[in-house]
Amino acid sequence: MFWRSTIGKKMVMSVTGLIMVGFVLVHMLGNLQIFEGAARINAYSHFLHFTINELLWLLRIILLVSVILHIVAAIQLTRIDRAARPVGYERKEPQAATIASRSMRWGGLALALFIVFHLLHLTTGTIHPVPFVPGDVYANMVGGFQMWWVTLIYVLAMIALGLHIFHGAWSSIRTLGVNRPKARPTRRPIAAAVAVAVWAGFTLVPVAIFFGWVR
Amino acid sequence: MNLTLHVWRQAGPSTEGAFATYEARDISGDMSFLEMMDVVNEGLIERGEQPVAFDHDCREGICGSCGMMINGVAHGPMKATATCQLFMRHFHDGDAIHVEPWRARAFPVIKDLVVDRSALDRVIAAGGFITAPTGGARDANNILIAKTNADDAMDAAACIGCGACVAACPNGSASLFTGAKITHLGQLPQGQSERDRRVLQMVAQMDEEGFGGCTWHGECQEACPKNISLDVIARMNHDFLVASWTGAGDKRD
Repeated sequence: MFWRSTIGKKMVMSVTGLIMVGFVLVHMLGNLQIFEGAARINAYSHFLHFTINELLWLLRIILLVSVILHIVAAIQLTRIDRAARPVGYERKEPQAATIASRSMRWGGLALALFIVFHLLHLTTGTIHPVPFVPGDVYANMVGGFQMWWVTLIYVLAMIALGLHIFHGAWSSIRTLGVNRPKARPTRRPIAAAVAVAVWAGFTLVPVAIFFGWVR
Repeated sequence: MNLTLHVWRQAGPSTEGAFATYEARDISGDMSFLEMMDVVNEGLIERGEQPVAFDHDCREGICGSCGMMINGVAHGPMKATATCQLFMRHFHDGDAIHVEPWRARAFPVIKDLVVDRSALDRVIAAGGFITAPTGGARDANNILIAKTNADDAMDAAACIGCGACVAACPNGSASLFTGAKITHLGQLPQGQSERDRRVLQMVAQMDEEGFGGCTWHGECQEACPKNISLDVIARMNHDFLVASWTGAGDKRD
C-alpha cells in the first residue's frame, strides 16, 4: 500500500536522500582536513578504517541500501510521471520550476555515474594517474587531481550535486509533510545553505590541489 | 486589436488532432478570453465551419469548467485568474496566441479544447462519506473550530477543480487538487474519524487514475486560479504518512 503509491515511493526517496545528504556533509568535512596536512587526514582515514571499522561497514551498508532504494524509486516514479502525459504541449512556459528542479533526473543520473567514477578513482584506485597507496589518503588525493580532466569531472559533478541538494533537501522535507505552512512556500534558505556548503567544501579540495595550493 | 490564434482542433476522442490558425479581428480589450473565442466561433459558424469547442459555464471564475493552455501557461498569463476572467487587454495588437487543451493521460480530449475531467470527481468520490449526526440542525457555533483551521480549510476549499494544476505540472500530477481536498476536509472537526481512511483512499484513486507524482516544481501553485498553496501537498503527505503508519488503511468499508 505504502510503496505502491506515488507518495510512498517519494517518501522513500526523501528519507534515503536525506541520509545521503548527511553522509555528504560528513564526507565534505572529512575532506577539508587535507588543509591541515598529511598526518591529520591520514590519521582520520586510519580512524575510519581501523578504529571504527565495524561502524564504517554498517554505515556503508545503510548508504548502499539508501542509494539502491533512491534509484529504484526514482526510476519507477519517472516512468509513472512520463506516462501521465502521453501527448505533450506544443508550447509550455515554466512559471516556477528552477534549473535545480528540472535537472533532478538527468542530474541524478550524472551523479550516479560520477559516484562509480569516484569510487574507482579514490576508493579502489583503479583509475589513478599516480601509484595508489592504500592508507595514504593525502598522497592519493594530491596525485589524483593533477590531471585537468579529472579535476574538471569533479568540479562539474559538484555543481550537479549542489543543484540536486538545493532542490532535493528542500522537497524531501516537504514530501515528508513535517514542515509548517508558510506564506512563501518555495523559499528554502536552509536547503540553499546546505547546497552551497556542500558544493563549496567539495570543490575547494580538487581545485586547491590542481592549482598547487596543496602539494 | 487583431490577433492570430493557433488553436488545437480535434474532432473526437479517438481522432487525430492538429493546430489550425484563425484570425481574431476587432477584439476589444474589455472582452474576456472566452468572449474573444465566441467572436472567432461566430466567424467560423458564418463560414459554415465547426466552431471551436471549449468548456465553460459560469464565466465568473468560480465553476472550474473553463481552462486552456494559453501561450504555454495554464489559464493564460494572469496569476490567480481563470480563463473566463482573463481579459484581452493583457494582450497586444498583432499577438500570436497558442491555445491548447489540458494535456494528461487522466484528462482525455473529448473535442478540441474540451477534456474529460471526471478523474477529479472520482478522486473526491473515493474520499467517501463522513459520520454526521442526523436530526434537527444544531446551533451555530456549537462545534468550535480554531480560526486558523477554519482559514486553512476555507483556503483549500476554494479549489474549483479546474485541473490547471494537472495541466501545468510537468509530471501531470493531481497532488495540488487532492491535497486541497484533503486539507479542506482534514482541518475541520467533522469527519475526523474518517480522516485516515479518506487520505489513503483518495491518494490510491489519484494514482489509479494515472496522474503522475509530485516533484515540487511549484508549477501547480502558479497555475492555480484560486491561489492554493503548495502547503496543501505537504499536509496531504503528512496525513498519508500518519494513516499509513497507524495501519488505518486496513479498515476499509
